[in-house]
Amino acid sequence: MRMQEPVSLKAEMTGAELLIEALKKENVEVLFGYPGGAVLPLYDKLYDSGLFHVLAKHEQGGIHAAEGYARVSGKPGVVIATSGPGATNIVTGLADAMIDSLPLVVFTGQVASTVIGSDAFQEADVLGITMPITKYSYQVRDPKDFPRIVKEAFHIATTGRPGPVLIDIPKDMNTAIAQMEEDEPLNLPGYQPTYEPNAFQVRKLLDAIESAKKPVILAGAGVLHARASQELLEFAEKYELPVIHTLLGLGGFPFDHKLSLGWAGMHGNYTANMAIYESDLLISIGARFDDRVTGNLNHFAPNATVAHIDIDPAEIGKNVPTKIPIVGDAKAVLQELLAQQGKKGDYTEWFACLRERQIENPLWYEESKDDLKPQKVIEMVHEITNGDAIVTTDVGQHQMWAAQFYPFKKPNRLVTSGGLGTMGFGLPAAIGAQLAEKDTTVVAFLGDGGFQMTLQELGVIRELNLPVKVIILNNKSLGMVRQWQEIFYEERYSHSLIPNQPNIVKLAEAYDIKGYEASTEEEAAKVLQEAFSHDEPAVLNIHIAPGENVYPMVAPGKGLHEMVGVKP
Amino acid sequence: MKRIITTTVLNRAGVLNRITGLFTKRNFNIESISVGHTETSDISRMTFVVHVEDDKAAEQVTKQLHKQIDVLKVHDITNQAAVARELALIKVTSPVAMRNEMYALIEPFRATIIDVSRDSVIIQATGTSEKIEAIIDLLKPYGVKEVTRTGTIALKRGTQKTSSSEKVTSIL
Repeated sequence: MRMQEPVSLKAEMTGAELLIEALKKENVEVLFGYPGGAVLPLYDKLYDSGLFHVLAKHEQGGIHAAEGYARVSGKPGVVIATSGPGATNIVTGLADAMIDSLPLVVFTGQVASTVIGSDAFQEADVLGITMPITKYSYQVRDPKDFPRIVKEAFHIATTGRPGPVLIDIPKDMNTAIAQMEEDEPLNLPGYQPTYEPNAFQVRKLLDAIESAKKPVILAGAGVLHARASQELLEFAEKYELPVIHTLLGLGGFPFDHKLSLGWAGMHGNYTANMAIYESDLLISIGARFDDRVTGNLNHFAPNATVAHIDIDPAEIGKNVPTKIPIVGDAKAVLQELLAQQGKKGDYTEWFACLRERQIENPLWYEESKDDLKPQKVIEMVHEITNGDAIVTTDVGQHQMWAAQFYPFKKPNRLVTSGGLGTMGFGLPAAIGAQLAEKDTTVVAFLGDGGFQMTLQELGVIRELNLPVKVIILNNKSLGMVRQWQEIFYEERYSHSLIPNQPNIVKLAEAYDIKGYEASTEEEAAKVLQEAFSHDEPAVLNIHIAPGENVYPMVAPGKGLHEMVGVKP
Repeated sequence: MKRIITTTVLNRAGVLNRITGLFTKRNFNIESISVGHTETSDISRMTFVVHVEDDKAAEQVTKQLHKQIDVLKVHDITNQAAVARELALIKVTSPVAMRNEMYALIEPFRATIIDVSRDSVIIQATGTSEKIEAIIDLLKPYGVKEVTRTGTIALKRGTQKTSSSEKVTSIL
């Protein structure tokens, strides 16, 4: 008797159903999105999928929220936008995530495959537009590819150097029927990121450490992405190496540790910048030598042997000539550095010099009876939150002050737009950050300019009842633009002063969020106390000294050793 | 300096766009690209001729190419034993009286005439870029009407003089 053919267990599903299944398989906790024509069939399946979807007020808000979520949780942020304008509204967020290496998986709707190329309603060549600002992108051409594409997208977004991956979905792919196929293993022959370092290169670095007199570590966001803070601490302590951060690396090493020198760059600590300038061994871990960190490259660490640890080989040697290149994941490299035998050198003189500089040149601001200083406000928030809050920012003066005066003890506490410098980032990013860590206080430090770019997301904060504290350091100007115009453009304040401000307290109240106002230190102390005493969202409009500038500063084109405004 | 770089890529949608976009994004100066299928289905080979300032820039080109998800292999074969050829079609004004002279002229280049009309011919030439330049130069006095060139394609020779002749940019 012939055996009967085994009954096929393959179920028929629509493309959208396959997509929802694939998202569940990736354990997606939250989606940030905005519906529209081309994603209607997808949203129909989302309706009773059980997946948690946050309806942003604008697609840009959605993608920045996803970035905040990714930065804090380490998991990929998931975004849905419709075709055409929905997709073009996320372009800023994609570019931001690309340059700051944040893992995102972004779904965009597309017009039906039969009309692609006909300039159909809400059609835009999203793949073409986003190609340079995504790590990779797909267009679904066959519904049976959904499981494979989603699996690959999450893999590519989260491994190696993280980044945004976009999946463009023609509308008809959602409703087309496909067989659910067996899970296939990943097949990406051209994508094999290197995690484990070359042990010989690691040996070379340990030898260099032994013979160095003036070593420093420059730790970037790669340490945070690799969750390697503990290893960094052990490595720095074992070899007694001073640690300097990049802006995005802040929190990777506790600020109050005796080996911490603060952060380097345009508005970083004088001691940190001088240490890099004078170092004879610069060990960069997961940092990409951005121009805001290096200043003029001709004067950057002129006497140093540069060791560069990075998971992206293309970063090594891109900006700074590198003697000891080490390709690998920061955690794996640090583990190998700890595993191999090594000796520390004699850095007594170096430390004496660094210590003296630290004592003589702390970060400073002039206290004032009449004016409320932004630095003071940030210090007050640091105290109230015990230095444990998650801090999000936009870009500009308030961002620099936050980095200077809200030091971090723990990793993944600063959510800021570093590489792209995106105004309007901080408020939506705070939404994602709060969703990633529900029990941690989230503070969004914003300027009055950036706040007004994405303030509509207050609606989301209210709807989800997220206890985000939005602190607007209001100087009635685009402060950093104004500062540069003051210093480099003969005080010609071209379109940077904004005397006409909306009533921000009323704006907050319109969203049913408590609004506060303060113009003096006493008022600030009082409203901060109040705002942080409850578990509700709050918007604080803090009127700061309008002419306050960020110092110290490395002027553009200058070397790190040419900081101005180091002392009052 | 001029570099010849060959890559093998997965033949996925948009891959050529992705690569040319990369050249634009990174401000790499490209002289030619040629693309075609290889012996393996789904894999294409691309040959680039690029102009770069120095070794550092050349290294960036190969590294950025290698970073692309669809790129399987990248070789800078400029300093390797390799054969590099391009094909050119050159339409030249050619009154009948001149034809014999022209045949004699292109003969050393092993070029052939593949189309003849009343007052012009199309010459097919293959060779290195320099050779193509030379034949076009020689034909100019006759009146070159149109030129189309494929750009360089290249393969490493089966035997390499020394094993270390490839410029090592990999630090993996």
